[in-house]
Amino acid sequence: MTETIRLALPSRIEAVAEAAGAVANMVRRLGFREEAAFEIDVALREAVINAILHGNKREEIKTVEVAFKSLPDALQIEVHDQGQGFDPNSVADPTRPENIMKTSGRGIFLIRALMDEVEWFMRPGGGSTVRMVKRL
Amino acid sequence: MAELNIRERQAGDVIVLDMDGRITIGEGSVALRSAVRRLLEEGKKKILMNLAGVGYIDSSGIGELVSSYTAVSKGGGQLKLLSLTKKLQDLLTITKLLTVFDVYDKESDALSSFT
Repeated sequence: MTETIRLALPSRIEAVAEAAGAVANMVRRLGFREEAAFEIDVALREAVINAILHGNKREEIKTVEVAFKSLPDALQIEVHDQGQGFDPNSVADPTRPENIMKTSGRGIFLIRALMDEVEWFMRPGGGSTVRMVKRL
Repeated sequence: MAELNIRERQAGDVIVLDMDGRITIGEGSVALRSAVRRLLEEGKKKILMNLAGVGYIDSSGIGELVSSYTAVSKGGGQLKLLSLTKKLQDLLTITKLLTVFDVYDKESDALSSFT
């Protein structure tokens, strides 16, 4: 049986903790081990922060929609903002020597490193979505 | 309760910052930045961050650690890290920053490494 939790959050930093709290129970019920649960938590928080800061430009009137879906052997998370989207391939690798001392630009990298599948796409109705999957 | 509590103590000519909480976007990152800037303004340039009590850091907090390291180095000082939790160690390993920072498990080893 699949289970889906949907949230609509304001574009405030406080929403990050709210999203993380909402998924924590589902992560436990699905049987993820502590290390994987931490990786999901980090990736989710980074995705929500990106949606608030870069997608919705901190405009509180714009919402961040988050959906957690339990699959037979995985957890799928979608984070949707009302922004114009971006090309994930244009994001510089923060581990390269020329970028290693930069003070920002690690969020996308962490999401990719910690989740098993990650894709970004634009929704037909507008806005940008990141879909992430973590397998059990 | 504050997101990040920072207690300061002196060990010889090294300032040890005992940190407890989370270093994340907003309050935690700002608290860290303020503490390091203040120390630099006071001419205290040998700083050891004890991160044993820090259970979580996000990309903003990681950026703040890098920023602190750069600021202290540029000021002619040294910034070192002590007692990383496994979660922090994992994130610094993934981001390859574990090779940038000088990291110690034992405070005595860290203190004696300052020159």
